[in-house]
Amino acid sequence: MTTTTVASFEIQYHQYLDANGKPTKDIPEFAKDMNTMRELYRDMYKLRVFDAKAYALQRTGKMGTYPASLGQEAIGIGYGDAMVKEDVLIPYYRSTGGLLKHGVTMEEILLYWGGDEAGANYSVAKEDFPICVPIANQIIHASGVAKAIQMRKQKRAVVTEIGEGGTSEGDFYEGVNVAGIWNLGVVFFINNNQWAISVPTDIQTACETYAQKAIAAGVEGIQVDGNDIVAVREVSNYALEKARNGGGPTVIEAITYRLCDHTTADDASRYDDPKVKEQAWKDEPLVRLRKYLEKNKSWSDKDEEAMKEEVAKEVDAAVKAYEAAPKPTPELMFDHLYAELPELTKPQREAAIKRGAK
Amino acid sequence: MAAITLIEAVNAAMAYELEHDQDVVLFGEDVGKNGGVFRATDGLQKKYGKERVIDTPLAESMIAGLAVGMAAQGMKPIAEMQFMGFIFPAVDQIFCHAARLRHRTRGRLTQPMVIRAPYGGGIHAPEHHSESTEALFSHIPGLKVVIPSNPSRAYGLMLAAIRDPDPVIFLEPKRVYRIVKHEVEDNGEEYPLEACFVDREGSDITLISWGAMMHETLQAAEKLAAEGIEAEVIDVATVSPIDMDTILESVEKTGRACIIQEAPKSGSIGSEIAAEIAEKGILNLLAPIGRVSGYDTVMPYYRLEKQYMPTVDRILDEVRTIMEYK
Repeated sequence: MTTTTVASFEIQYHQYLDANGKPTKDIPEFAKDMNTMRELYRDMYKLRVFDAKAYALQRTGKMGTYPASLGQEAIGIGYGDAMVKEDVLIPYYRSTGGLLKHGVTMEEILLYWGGDEAGANYSVAKEDFPICVPIANQIIHASGVAKAIQMRKQKRAVVTEIGEGGTSEGDFYEGVNVAGIWNLGVVFFINNNQWAISVPTDIQTACETYAQKAIAAGVEGIQVDGNDIVAVREVSNYALEKARNGGGPTVIEAITYRLCDHTTADDASRYDDPKVKEQAWKDEPLVRLRKYLEKNKSWSDKDEEAMKEEVAKEVDAAVKAYEAAPKPTPELMFDHLYAELPELTKPQREAAIKRGAK
Repeated sequence: MAAITLIEAVNAAMAYELEHDQDVVLFGEDVGKNGGVFRATDGLQKKYGKERVIDTPLAESMIAGLAVGMAAQGMKPIAEMQFMGFIFPAVDQIFCHAARLRHRTRGRLTQPMVIRAPYGGGIHAPEHHSESTEALFSHIPGLKVVIPSNPSRAYGLMLAAIRDPDPVIFLEPKRVYRIVKHEVEDNGEEYPLEACFVDREGSDITLISWGAMMHETLQAAEKLAAEGIEAEVIDVATVSPIDMDTILESVEKTGRACIIQEAPKSGSIGSEIAAEIAEKGILNLLAPIGRVSGYDTVMPYYRLEKQYMPTVDRILDEVRTIMEYK
């Protein structure tokens, strides 16, 4: 039987620094600026400390369920650093790094996970969505936001993020598909941290890569070492510039490893392989960047100590502000339900106020 | 002023808003060149362009999710679900996001949108094309559910739905898309949401209905008048949130109430109205509240459709029972 190849594809893998912080190819310009790299190191470190603090707050009953980003810090910090204020972030529950970089405060994030919608009333990132809890719905929101931006002829990018398990949902394909058809300026980040709670990647897909799921939608798909902040920052920069300038969407699969539990409500020791995890600790993003900085004589133990002290102060101040935040009052259940509360519901509001906050 | 059908009124209202508000954008399956499978969007793409009247890929969750994203940017999407029976993939987006985003962000991001869908039975359609599931949506805080019963109401309520700052599920009773014509002036005047309409005044019993069933209900009222029973007829129109004040006021006057709906009986809009009347107006009642509805069955395929749907006779039987109660 004679056939003709009518379509074929390739997925490119991007890496600049290996696990020892050694360049594997020519370093992009931004990564030669050691002040930039020191900042990125500090941002990733701050996220790690913030996560640990959030865990402690949950364990001591001062906050609800929380999903950490341990081992995956380079993703959110990387794309977040490539974003500008005018871009829009459509986060999911493990987008803490991206949110922090885009101006959402630590206090707001704590308030959110502390059970208060006030934490999603962002003071700076006014157009960013609150984190998406149901899986994959955010992928379509990103395309909707990007459609509005396109119709208004604005040069702004939309960034969204999803776990690799989330790509099994129909909404993932539906959102990427329409972005392809309409050439929307969206960057779809897949945090491939190898786990969807307890389910490993071979139970999610028969594909060799998650990036190639973009190909079925006619969208560019690329794969990046998600533990290499230089690579994440570089591909983000490429995809965001492309999105802002009418170049259309990009799906980026960032390969990393979830060194933490799924959330505080999970116990990864029930299913994780300790040997695999031990190896993953050698690949994690902070140690790699520190080695790179040290090789470039741009980091010392003294710098590390100073940073630790500063970040601890910063995070502690956020925790104090969170703990001092006023408790929500019962009328808040009603006051933002509609622009105007229905007549039928008004007596319920009065009753709730009368009953008072407990 | 021209006499137009309900579906032409829907078209005219959307055209009016497309003309007068640049933030309005319309999309769905087959809404562009084809003008919608029922022709609700006929001619709109030609007039307002492919940028604002958009054919989407065939994916309902995506249609609703796009509306969520666009509305959060301050646009006013009108999204079409081709039939209400196909709305379920979109329910995730509607319930989890459209209905909640204002609340979850303390008012920072809002969802001014209309999700339109033809609904209801009586046109011998394939399976999944005839159900009346308005109660599912009415149960969700943050949504409004609006059902017009005639052309002028379709025009005025659609304008109000598009202009409303919150998400509105706009259900169009397709059985009466072309059954009557009204003189409707295309002047951009909206009707209020969250308001019932008293379509006939009477002193003996209050008949409460909405959508296509308003036609059977009004016919029943005329027949009752011949028997000396004067029925007050209320079109609920916005089935969530319901304007109970108008209903309670009428029941206080008549002392009797009968609710007529096409949907299954249990856990329905009719259940809610009956409960509200019982809670707030039971002492005004001279007889138990009556209900005429579809059965608590799967909507049958069309050979049994007429058996399922409430008829004028079923309404008359129920009303006579209520009137004879001692």
